[in-house]
Amino acid sequence: MIDWGSIFSNAAVELISPTTAAYALAALGLAVHFGYTGLLNFGQAGFMAIGAYGYAISVLTFGFPVWGAVLVGIGASIVFALILGIPTLRLRADYLAIVTIAAAEIVRLLFTTNTFVAVTGSANGLSEYKGGFRALNPLSFEGKAGFGPWMFSANDWWNIIVGWSVVILAVLFTWLLMRSPWGRVIKGIREDEDAVRALGKNVYSYKMQSLIIGGVFGTLAGMIFIMPRAVIPSAYATSLTFFIWAILLLGGAATILGPVLGSIVFWVLLSFFSGFIARAVEAGWFPISEVQAGQLRFILVGVAIMLLVIFRPQGLLGNKKEMSFVK
Amino acid sequence: MSSETTPTSKPVKSTGLHLGDAEPGCRKVDPILVADGVTRTFGGLTAVDVAHVEIPRGAITALIGPNGAGKTTFFNLLTGFDKPDSGTWQFDGRSLAHVPAYRVARMGLIRTFQLTKSLGLLSVLDNMKLGAKDQTGENLFRSLLPFLWRKQEQQIEAKAVELLTRFKLDAKQHDYAASLSGGQRKLLEMARALMSDPTLVMLDEPMAGVNPALTQSLLDHILDLKTQGMTVLFVEHDMHMVRHIADWVVVMAEGRIVAEGDPHSVMQDQAVIDAYLGAHHDTDLGAAHTSNVEAVKELIDDEQ
Repeated sequence: MIDWGSIFSNAAVELISPTTAAYALAALGLAVHFGYTGLLNFGQAGFMAIGAYGYAISVLTFGFPVWGAVLVGIGASIVFALILGIPTLRLRADYLAIVTIAAAEIVRLLFTTNTFVAVTGSANGLSEYKGGFRALNPLSFEGKAGFGPWMFSANDWWNIIVGWSVVILAVLFTWLLMRSPWGRVIKGIREDEDAVRALGKNVYSYKMQSLIIGGVFGTLAGMIFIMPRAVIPSAYATSLTFFIWAILLLGGAATILGPVLGSIVFWVLLSFFSGFIARAVEAGWFPISEVQAGQLRFILVGVAIMLLVIFRPQGLLGNKKEMSFVK
Repeated sequence: MSSETTPTSKPVKSTGLHLGDAEPGCRKVDPILVADGVTRTFGGLTAVDVAHVEIPRGAITALIGPNGAGKTTFFNLLTGFDKPDSGTWQFDGRSLAHVPAYRVARMGLIRTFQLTKSLGLLSVLDNMKLGAKDQTGENLFRSLLPFLWRKQEQQIEAKAVELLTRFKLDAKQHDYAASLSGGQRKLLEMARALMSDPTLVMLDEPMAGVNPALTQSLLDHILDLKTQGMTVLFVEHDMHMVRHIADWVVVMAEGRIVAEGDPHSVMQDQAVIDAYLGAHHDTDLGAAHTSNVEAVKELIDDEQ
């Protein structure tokens, strides 16, 4: 018989997990890029990888403290954004899309290659970089604490608190930006950059600023992402970028809380489907193997997202009126 | 546009703008924009080859010419949206060569586009506010501190509402610009251009696709710009409009300036008739180009 209680409580865990926070933050970066500025960034996984490796390498190879490692990651992502933006932001939007998807793959392959194994750990990745971060944890209790399905260790709670705090700060930051005249210029560029240029705004500089801000969000997301796990290069494949895109469209592209809600819905659904399918296969409800079951959850999430895009194309929090004027 | 939209009241024309004979490239008493040897080629095609042209200050100048004469390309070159192969050009005595488009706009030379570029998913009011210059809140770091820009924002909003009222768009200020009609978008684009208090307004086909009912209001707004001391340069195909509001007409054909003068004399210029109709328009080629014949008839009718 299926244990519905454990399926639901596993899904509930995803509601506040640091992974959900990381995806929300990366999707918020994409919202700044695509939803507000109209930049097609298909390399958000690259920004996340730079955050993850920037942090881990700074700690392991150079022995930096936590704040130093965070700054290294942010600095590296600004440099990455400049490298991507300088040649492409003067061109049409599709060029940025091509360059970002390629650059993210280059980053992943550089971290995977054996040449730098001493620093990057190659395909095995990196671990043992969490000491400094955990030493900052003010919580100290044995075993697990919490309530209902949310029973976690002190380190897990620390990951959750820091991860979601960063998300809340980023949401506030984006909200302040988008209600300001700066945000107005950015949204104008999304609609028609030549018109904005004709009004005396330095469109190139604004696009670069937006690319950097969204990229830094991706980088911070990469750091939150590696706190509950190890750094593995294969985690930063293009599928990661497309999950983040799915989350963005799920929540609503030009919204501030949409990426957060999108991430929560995505992870809760994914966990629910995977729990349900695994148990249903065990119970013999489906004539498929357990390996096949592992893939089926993505199919179900895909169907759910398709239904959403068909019946609510503006996303969960998007403004329906905007869809009346799609070009 | 048909003649019933032509207003009965005659606008005041500026005269005495040029020095010497009214010929292509003639000097002006007080030029605001001067272009020298501006050329632009696309592959083997020379789109623009302007030896010398001066645009008079404080007047309404029309840039006319048949399709493909290079008018819009010349507009793009002057405003920094395209780069010429050679040439120099100055606005108010300052060289504009290699100046990017946004800096040109900041100098006070604001343009509109042939195909309107209203920012669809921004409200009409936000479209207007975007036009204002030197906004503190448009800096990334200062934008985070609303108390630094709130006061300026209120001033900009007051100015935007005032302009929208003048252009009769105030009732739509909270709607998306995408919900406006084509003519209203032209009005919005012109109003938005005025937010920055420009000295030279360049309008690329302001009448294209505008409902006749709105034509009169657009014409009045253009005449209004002159009254307020701005210089206007516009591209237009509608000869009624050119004759009605332009103080000076520059005619382009095949990338060159072929004639200049006041609207009445320029339309009798042989070079203009040749440019519009071809040098051999008297020769019977059998099948007449009906659209050209229509244009000639219109020109002749108007002159009588």
